[in-house]
Amino acid sequence: MAIPTRTRPVAQQGRRAKEDRTRDSHSFATRPYDLVKEFVAALIAVSLLTVGLAAIFSSPDEPAITMAGWAEAAPNDVVATAAAELAGTSTSASYGAPYNSAAEGQKVLRAPLQKWGGVRIPVDSAALVLAPLTQARADAPTMAALATWRSAAADTRIGWATAYADALGKAPDGNPAAVAAGSYGPVPVLTRSFLDVALSGGLEGQLTSSGNFYGGDQTRALLLLSDGAYLEDSARAQHLGGDQWGMMNETGDYPGQPWMWLYTFWYQVPPFSTSENADAQVWALMMVLTLGLMFLPLIPGIRDIPRLVPVHRLIWRDYYRDHPRRPGQAH
Amino acid sequence: MSSVPRAERVHRPPDSWTNALRERIVSTVPPGQALPDRQPVYVSSWIYVFGVLTLAALTVVVATGCVLAVGGSAWWHVSSLGHFVNSLHLWSVELFFGFMVIHLWGKFWMAAWRGNRVLTWVTGAVAFLASIGTAFTGYLSQSNFDSQWISAEAKDGINSIGVGAWFNVLNPGQMLLWHVVLLPLAVGAITVMHVVLVRRHGVVPPIDAEDGE
Ligand code: HEM
Repeated sequence: MAIPTRTRPVAQQGRRAKEDRTRDSHSFATRPYDLVKEFVAALIAVSLLTVGLAAIFSSPDEPAITMAGWAEAAPNDVVATAAAELAGTSTSASYGAPYNSAAEGQKVLRAPLQKWGGVRIPVDSAALVLAPLTQARADAPTMAALATWRSAAADTRIGWATAYADALGKAPDGNPAAVAAGSYGPVPVLTRSFLDVALSGGLEGQLTSSGNFYGGDQTRALLLLSDGAYLEDSARAQHLGGDQWGMMNETGDYPGQPWMWLYTFWYQVPPFSTSENADAQVWALMMVLTLGLMFLPLIPGIRDIPRLVPVHRLIWRDYYRDHPRRPGQAH
Repeated sequence: MSSVPRAERVHRPPDSWTNALRERIVSTVPPGQALPDRQPVYVSSWIYVFGVLTLAALTVVVATGCVLAVGGSAWWHVSSLGHFVNSLHLWSVELFFGFMVIHLWGKFWMAAWRGNRVLTWVTGAVAFLASIGTAFTGYLSQSNFDSQWISAEAKDGINSIGVGAWFNVLNPGQMLLWHVVLLPLAVGAITVMHVVLVRRHGVVPPIDAEDGE
């Protein structure tokens, strides 16, 4: 069989060829060209440029937030977060799939994609607080508080924790010491001990190891951290908030991931900036646009733009100079 | 095979998987076009350099990534040499994307998908996507504040379409492996396909150029 790319005489090419007469290049006049030399020169140039940029600008490395750091910098936030985990009102507790079935999750065109994904990484938000307390073999009052919590009915527990979370919200600065008296059961003791565990520096280990010496999965620790306000406050201070073109940037004045601008862009404008389903909608839109980019050569109208806007006459100006268009030649 | 006319069958090598594969390899790129020492006369513009620059930057990205891997995932936090290698890795990535985007726009304005080159464009677009995924998992593998924040933000997007459990951005062990194994393999493989396709068809002729002019 003939090599499929070999140029055949125009007469044999049939209808398809009339629409697109562009030939393989192998039949055009040529001139010497050293591809290997071009690549080696490019490699040297890029290497030098990289070394230069790295030497001048370095790279950012803001240390990760530790649980102890969080507890020191924002103890009230840790207590409030722990109360919300126990009350089942934190972001993770009310998230839905893949962590729990507390919410329907987001939808695209009514299709509950998030729910369909299933609860495959089960996370019990109350356990984010209770498990470390249990493992930490805390002091007697904490153990007693744990026992009280465990023996209470679910409604009672929720009632205590919700009341305490609300009271914290009303206290000046969320300060646990300034909370009005109320019926909070063992919750104040539990959250206070939780703060101590966090301060001791052992919390991330307890959340990540889940019985395995090697740990390595930060899911629960990161969910807990992002249930608090401290992570987001720290990010906002670095201009990394979701409505500040958040995740495409990085700390400091570094370029980050500018190639994600289009994805991040949608979050900044309505209807997405105000939608409950923004994540799913933006993802769906980006998938459609991505398919559009991939199959752009097949989309009438868009694929004709480069023919109509004569940037190509600039790119190939040498060629067009030497091959002026003949009168009457189709454009 | 049985429908091949008798006269043609005589000239074919005996059927075997090996022969079929060899035929396929040999006929993928026309003879002499894999690494030609000549180019069509119309190949004279700086825009052509950007494909090669992208390839060169990818080479630097992979090389610096390999050096980072030698010291392990936390090395660059504690070693000034490690930090410098990380800077090399970061800036070569920025250059890689810069070159690639210019290359993409160049190919758009040249309508470089003409003449059976649609697959070249498609593989390029997939390379772009796979590269975005690779860079993204790179940010998640830094084990610093950026990783914490970016993963906390990104989980909502990926969970909203129901795949967050399989691609768990909060699991840095998984993200690191995607970043250093799976996605680089994907980018590498698609780039090889892309470049082979470019050599298969040769560089696209100017818009409205006549055959063999
Ligand atoms: C990993 C990223 C990429 C690499 C390493 C790469 C590399 C190359 C190289 C070396 C060439 C030949 C030289 C040239 O014409 O510039 C080329 C051609 C081409 N590239 Fe890419 N490219 C990449 C991404 C893309 C993207 C994102 C697109 C567009 C969506 C694209 C579309 C094309 C097309 C259509 C050609 C054929 C040009 C022709 O026939 O004249 N490439 N690429």
